[in-house]
Amino acid sequence: MAQSKHEFIEKSVGWMIVLTLLTVSVGGLVEIVPLFFQKSTTTPVEGLKPYDALQLAGRDVYVREGCYNCHSQMIRPFRAETERYGHYSVAGEFVYDHPFQWGSKRTGPDLHRVGGRYSDEWHRVHLNNPRDVVPESNMPAFPWLDRPLDTDIAARMQALRKVGVPYTDEQIAAANDAINGKSELDAVVAYLQGLGTALKRVQ
Amino acid sequence: MADFVSGFWNMWVMVLVALSLLFCVFVLASNMKGEKNASGEAELHGHVWDENLCEYNNPLPRWWMYLFWITIFFAVAYMTVFPGFGNTKGIFGWSSAHGENSQYAREMKAAEEKYGPIFAKYQSQDLKAVAADPEAKAMGQRMFLTYCAQCHGSDARGAKGFPNLADSDWLYGGAPDTIKATILDGRQGMMPPFGAAVGAEGAKDLANYVRSLSGLSHDSARAQKGSELFVQNGCVGCHGMDGTGNQAIGAPNLTDKVWLYGSSEATVIETVTNGRQGKMPAWKDFLGDAKVHLLAAYVYSLSNK
Repeated sequence: MAQSKHEFIEKSVGWMIVLTLLTVSVGGLVEIVPLFFQKSTTTPVEGLKPYDALQLAGRDVYVREGCYNCHSQMIRPFRAETERYGHYSVAGEFVYDHPFQWGSKRTGPDLHRVGGRYSDEWHRVHLNNPRDVVPESNMPAFPWLDRPLDTDIAARMQALRKVGVPYTDEQIAAANDAINGKSELDAVVAYLQGLGTALKRVQ
Repeated sequence: MADFVSGFWNMWVMVLVALSLLFCVFVLASNMKGEKNASGEAELHGHVWDENLCEYNNPLPRWWMYLFWITIFFAVAYMTVFPGFGNTKGIFGWSSAHGENSQYAREMKAAEEKYGPIFAKYQSQDLKAVAADPEAKAMGQRMFLTYCAQCHGSDARGAKGFPNLADSDWLYGGAPDTIKATILDGRQGMMPPFGAAVGAEGAKDLANYVRSLSGLSHDSARAQKGSELFVQNGCVGCHGMDGTGNQAIGAPNLTDKVWLYGSSEATVIETVTNGRQGKMPAWKDFLGDAKVHLLAAYVYSLSNK
């Protein structure tokens, strides 16, 4: 028999590369690319505002400390979750999150609707040492957060504007002054207190 | 969910999915049989190892091939029943959370039918009656552990800055309706900072006076000066002439043994200097009246056994 197609592909490295790439890209082309062209994933929910300078700085601290390793930010549409955390998360709430902090593991509770749930003071005490308020807690303490922020948040906002977050020139110009004198703890608390509140404002 | 900005993406998904499936069918079908030569024997692969070691080009085992066929049939069946093939909704119109017939809506409706009457029964009862009902208390406790224990503790005995609910001392009052109002609308404490007004020495004098009110050890000369500052700086406006507080505005009684932030001289100085802004969040919007009713009854039962 003549050389089979199989043999031809196996022995022609160029074709092999092209066809392999084509095959492995199908999943992404079908499941991921169309999401960029869906209204529900690209339109912010009504009332959603980009993080302000302090919240954004807090978000960076949140990512740096790896909070997402134990806390998800994705309330699924099950009664057991909405009873505990509040309204389930919708895609339009994460339009300004780059990257989103959905997470996939809950050693601690979901934090998507933690905004406004506890007082600022509670967060301060709790971050400093969780066992001061929740004796059963196994969350690590973050006592070092009570130190001045050291970040060029205006540059971060400029970068985010490049990927579609609608920061104005005035906001960016005022950003570094807005976080001047604030601690990392202030920033994280501001970030947490804003989480998931957009949908609540509308309802 | 399918709300593409144009119909193109619907076609894009459908065509790619269909082509992928057809391609899999083609690959499987064309590999069901091995290649035979003219005399009906299986062909050799053509590789030779160790002088004469060859390999027949036989197809994969049948049972294995059938597993692949099953995945293809499953894919077709799945996309017929559930949404996913472009904009198709699936034959049952299944949805996780969109619309009245979504899985989430049905789950919530079933729960409402099951638990709604129980909540309604207690909601129509007087709080004291609910507090005496063991089943209601068990429900209240479970909700307390979910929503309240983070600040007030799983035993309701509070923490520094977060009131103990199991004792009989109340900042805003312990009547059943007052407790319910506290949970529904929240409370905002407002002890103003007096550091600038009285200075470090003044704060120490005041702390000694406040400690003297509840019989704690104090410097009586300082306490004497503190008692004057207590009046001059308007502390009496909230805490009263005798320091017993005012539940209407949540001003604590300074003459008892209950200390929200601690009774040490250093802590009282800190409180006087920087003020305190204790905050109880409002739960009306999230929990609703029916659940708060049970929670209030539970909290009331803790100190009125």
